[in-house]
Amino acid sequence: MKYLMFVCSDTEPDADPSAAPDIEQWVAERDGKGQRLMGSVLAEPSAATTVRVRDGELLLTDGPFAETKEVIVGFDLLECADLDEAIEVARRHPMAYAGRLELRPLVDLD
Amino acid sequence: MTDAVDAVTVAGAEAYPRVVAALIRVTGDWTLAEDCAQEALTLALERWPRDGVPGNPGGWLMTTARNRAVDVLRRAAVERRKLRELALLTDPEPAPAEAEGTVVDDRLRLIFTCCHPALAPEARVALTLRTVAGVPTAHIARVFLVTESTMTRRITRAKAKIATAGIPYRVPTGAALVERLPGVLAVLYLLFTRGYDADGEPAFADEAVRLARLLDRLMPDESEVAALLALLLLQHSRRAARRDPDGNLRTLDEQDRSRWDHEAVAEGLAVLARAHRHGPYALQARIAAAHATAPTPAATDWPAIAGWYDELARLHPSPVVRLNRAMAHGLAYGPATGLALVAEARAGGALDGYPPALAAEAELTARRGDALRAAALFRDAAGLVASAAERRALLRRAGQLDPAG
Repeated sequence: MKYLMFVCSDTEPDADPSAAPDIEQWVAERDGKGQRLMGSVLAEPSAATTVRVRDGELLLTDGPFAETKEVIVGFDLLECADLDEAIEVARRHPMAYAGRLELRPLVDLD
Repeated sequence: MTDAVDAVTVAGAEAYPRVVAALIRVTGDWTLAEDCAQEALTLALERWPRDGVPGNPGGWLMTTARNRAVDVLRRAAVERRKLRELALLTDPEPAPAEAEGTVVDDRLRLIFTCCHPALAPEARVALTLRTVAGVPTAHIARVFLVTESTMTRRITRAKAKIATAGIPYRVPTGAALVERLPGVLAVLYLLFTRGYDADGEPAFADEAVRLARLLDRLMPDESEVAALLALLLLQHSRRAARRDPDGNLRTLDEQDRSRWDHEAVAEGLAVLARAHRHGPYALQARIAAAHATAPTPAATDWPAIAGWYDELARLHPSPVVRLNRAMAHGLAYGPATGLALVAEARAGGALDGYPPALAAEAELTARRGDALRAAALFRDAAGLVASAAERRALLRRAGQLDPAG
């Protein structure tokens, strides 16, 4: 199954930041195991542009579609057998400690 | 006629989770599995009284449910692989000694999947009741004080998440099992307390004991599983003595101990002997065992109980555990010690509005000799409880201490 892992900030990070694993090592290991198909850090929300078309007219808004304290700072596309494997991948990510991760399965349309 | 209906009931209780679990494993479709198992039960109710009870009732239910699933899938024209696997699915009748093989593993898988931590806690209990125990949704809804449609949505949503989120149908192993087992045990214990509460549904307590027994048979080396089973058996042994003929609750002190289920106590103690670790359930079971083995309330080994609570409070320093610990110390070492610990447990308003906290303070105050103050506290506690049976019990205690109040 494919999961999109949203990497988010959190207002209440883990008290001990030194416990968090290293991101380079995480990427290398997950890529090596074929569990991470791609991923990236995102520019900050202020760089976002929200796009809508209404009544044939293009409407652009400066900023993200929702203003929240916790923001998406990156993403990874995972390939895992099931949710338990995806959870094991996510719990080893440094942002599981410093922020929070959201695992969203991709809908298989086949 | 009645015999045949009884046979359906017995075979249903025994075979239902196995049939559902096996069909889920092969088809991956929770709703289909449940529908087919229910249809098999309905068909049994229709046929067995007429044609006689089959020699292997569980096997009959399995075959009938399987055939039904084949029909449905065939009509839906799903993959051939599932159909082939279904065709191979046979009689699940377990020999009592059987502790391995796919049949047993199916039920264990089902329990672990229903209790997966990615599901909402209230959904885990409901799903376990519905799928593993086969309790009708309307019945579950009543006990959880929600409408049937709310409960149906909750269960449907949980099943949908299992499918879309890719929650595996598997018993975890190694470190994952250590992480996941407490969640499963918590669901079973919550199920039990839902049955054991003053206004609870007694059948849920029986169901929890049955599932704990199953889990213990499937995982005989897990200390906390044995401990949970022992705890449930020991608490459940008091069920016939907990109420007087008018339905009023009796405290441990007031219960007629000859009405305790001494067979259940003996079994609970034997099971507890296998719990080698001092985990939270083992500690609670040892506390229950100390009560169960005291011939009279006065003979209760309160210093031992206070010691188990000390350990439990170190593992789980929750306000409720600290309150129970305070009570045990009060009964072991005098009401002044107990009242000081009650005050500690309540520090910061942690137990405000929690009736047992007032009742504990009341009981210790009574033992210190201040009957009027104790009666007033019991009345305060009575004003806070939701259960009518508990309210009557608290008011009765107040009346004993202060008949004029």
